[in-house]
Amino acid sequence: MTTLTRTRRAPAARPVRLDAFRATPLTKVALGFAIFLSIFPLYWMIIIATRSNEDAHSMPPPLLPGGNLGENIKAVFEAENAHFMTGIVNSLIIATTVTLAVVIISALAGFAFASLQFRGRNVLLLSIVLTMMVPLQQMGIVPLYQMMVTLGWTNTLKAVILPFLVNGFGVFMMTQYTQQAVPRELVEAARVDGASTLRIWFNVALPAVRPGMAVLAIQTFMLIWNEFMWPLIVLTPDNPTVQVALRALNDRYSTNYVLIFAGTTVSIIPLLLVFVFFGRQIIGGLMEGAVKA
Amino acid sequence: MSLHVDAGRVPSRAAPSGGRRREQRPAPRRFLSWLDLRATPYIFVSPYFILFAIFGLFPLLFTAWVSLHKWQLAGEKTFIGLENYTKLLVDEKFWNAVGNTVGIFLIATVPQLLIALLLANALNKKLRGRLVIRLSVLIPLITSVVAVAVVFTQLYGRDYGVVNWILGLFGTDNIHWQNEKWSSWIAIATMVDWRWTGYNAIIYLAAMQTIPKDLYEAASIDGASPRRQFWGITVPMLKPTIIFTVIVSTIGGFTLFAEPVMFGSGLMTGGTTGQFQTVAMFIVKEGFRDFEYGYAAAAAWVLFLLILITVLINSVLVRGIGRSK
Repeated sequence: MTTLTRTRRAPAARPVRLDAFRATPLTKVALGFAIFLSIFPLYWMIIIATRSNEDAHSMPPPLLPGGNLGENIKAVFEAENAHFMTGIVNSLIIATTVTLAVVIISALAGFAFASLQFRGRNVLLLSIVLTMMVPLQQMGIVPLYQMMVTLGWTNTLKAVILPFLVNGFGVFMMTQYTQQAVPRELVEAARVDGASTLRIWFNVALPAVRPGMAVLAIQTFMLIWNEFMWPLIVLTPDNPTVQVALRALNDRYSTNYVLIFAGTTVSIIPLLLVFVFFGRQIIGGLMEGAVKA
Repeated sequence: MSLHVDAGRVPSRAAPSGGRRREQRPAPRRFLSWLDLRATPYIFVSPYFILFAIFGLFPLLFTAWVSLHKWQLAGEKTFIGLENYTKLLVDEKFWNAVGNTVGIFLIATVPQLLIALLLANALNKKLRGRLVIRLSVLIPLITSVVAVAVVFTQLYGRDYGVVNWILGLFGTDNIHWQNEKWSSWIAIATMVDWRWTGYNAIIYLAAMQTIPKDLYEAASIDGASPRRQFWGITVPMLKPTIIFTVIVSTIGGFTLFAEPVMFGSGLMTGGTTGQFQTVAMFIVKEGFRDFEYGYAAAAAWVLFLLILITVLINSVLVRGIGRSK
């Protein structure tokens, strides 16, 4: 009898009202405000891109789209001195190449660090973690530029691509992901079966770490698409990346708001698409990485 | 099952090495597998380390070498010892840039991380449409820095800016945001915060979700209010994550470049009297506008030292959180 009452009471006692997790009206108002602040600048940018310059100056700011988007975007691509089309194509080439290379390099090294035993493993891994903290591209900007001048590579896409292939974060992330996704026993079993290390990587590890590679790919693509300082220095204005082209647009047509905003709108479309299709994975990847770090 | 299929495939497909393996040539076979076990790990990590050596380590060390010279890209390279550094230490423009960088970093990062904490706490509550809310606060992250800077620079426009219009509703005169230190710092800090607050909130949220619920249950039974639970349980448990975000923000803040450049119409000077020139802009201006490469390299090293010192100070400060309570 006593046991009965006890078991009956236990579930009733269980849901202690956890006020800490209850959304009060204040929470909802605050969240609504945060969402508004997050979205408004982008929304405003897109609205201005669809309107004319007179509307851009009217106060209160216009909140509904106008009908000039096509015309404005056409003007962006035709704007002399901005080379916007070249910028988009260059950025696509650079970001795609860097992303593919970084993902493969990181997956290979991550597998070695997570699943293979070799002398110097810990020291090498530690060196990666330490150099992750160094802003290499900014620190080494003078020698990097000197290197490109000496090699005659300035104003080439490889000059932009190569320095960004050094991505310690990618190796670190794939090491952690492989540790969790590829059980040691599986690797050992494949080895007993006579598979070479390369084969084990390709047939056993790669399929298991694919989700991690996807997250790394998304993050790398976003990072490189947005890169500004190094392309600005190593490329000439007539062969820009999209961000450098935006600067030129902003520079030469500083009073033509709709033109500039149409440019920024076009420049975020690739990332917006990535976000719409992979938003869930981006958040998942960020949150998983955070817990481990 | 699949292993059998694989084993069957080995001799036929991966012909030479696999085929030989079955024959009686033990010595080369053993050598191959020894090679595979010993050497492959190094081969696998080598692409990263080779690239790192060429495009990471070498430039880093070479920066130190360049910084000891009066350096010209094509012409003379004169060794001048520490002259660049001694010049730098008394260069008002450099210290002005350091002051701007630190100032913007502080007024951007402190509120940003506090708001991110509160936002994460709100996101951690039971709500409908969670994914949509999380995606909304993360959307600024995907916007390119240059686009953010362009849009915000217009929002902060003197005559037609939305910010001045809103302030005008409260009777304030139009502010020329670029003109003063305080106003340009605030404008640039809001750009940084707009882009990164949601990101930091998501990171904190992830860490919050790993805190055991029983801690909160126990605290509730003891009658602690949600506010006390937040400062007494959530924040102390989040300490490692906070340190992580502080380090990331420090590196980002000290290398701040695109926002102030775009805010100052694309120039490296950071306003008429350098009121918002950051150290990264100073380096680019000295190196790539005035062609003082050795001087720029010295500034890069000093910047690195400043980052290290700040990371250390911050880590110590953050570690102190909650200890006093």
